[in-house]
Amino acid sequence: MKVHRKTKVSSDIPTASMPDIIFMLLIFFMVTTVLREYSGLPVELPKAKRIEKLKSKRHTSHIWISKEGLISIQDKLHSVENVRHVMYDIRAADPLLTVSLKADKSAKMGLISNIHNELRKADALKLNYSTKTAVE
Amino acid sequence: MKKKRRFKRGEIPTASMADIAFLLLIFFLVTTTIDMDKGLGIVLPAEGEEIEIKKDNILNCLINSSGNVLLGGESIKTKDISKKIRRKIAENDKLIISVKAHEKTKYSDYIAVMDQLKMANAKRISIAEID
Repeated sequence: MKVHRKTKVSSDIPTASMPDIIFMLLIFFMVTTVLREYSGLPVELPKAKRIEKLKSKRHTSHIWISKEGLISIQDKLHSVENVRHVMYDIRAADPLLTVSLKADKSAKMGLISNIHNELRKADALKLNYSTKTAVE
Repeated sequence: MKKKRRFKRGEIPTASMADIAFLLLIFFLVTTTIDMDKGLGIVLPAEGEEIEIKKDNILNCLINSSGNVLLGGESIKTKDISKKIRRKIAENDKLIISVKAHEKTKYSDYIAVMDQLKMANAKRISIAEID
């Protein structure tokens, strides 16, 4: 006598809840992606080999310096003397702040040096020179 | 003969819903550019934190306005800096490299020098103020 299985196990995966799962994934990706907040100035970044990644996008503030010597922070143009006040406020709001300096490759060092001094006065000491990756 | 309707009146077909959602998901995955910021990291000294350093422990690195580099009094090509610094650090591990650029030096020349210093694993870098 053949033994029959009492319960039949269905072999197909239930697909009825599939759209819900996919929508959940979709919403997760839409919520977690941080869109670019500020557009900045058109700059051509210099190239470097020994680069490191910035750890957190949320604790990063950008300073754009164009080749004409314009300084832009959070999409507003500032003079050099004003940088310390602006950066001081940003630094006070976020103690883990890293400043990302997006300077054009033909910007002058006189201006960069002034920015260094302003950042020191604003106590924003963690600095990152934003660069492109150079091919070795 | 009456044609048989595929769906009952007022019902939306849900079989292709998953495909549509997948397409949307893939569209968002592809279009979101995760442009990670990358660059050369340094930590500036705090305001009023000047310390005196022995003269032997300082190596001056001067960059002029046309991007030529003078390292410890000798002219050097930018790509040879890391090798030389590496040797100097091996001789004296307390060595501080003081980078000083001219006011009109291009930022890219300065970055090239900083990159070389990073390549030589120089931890003690000082950026001199331009006077």
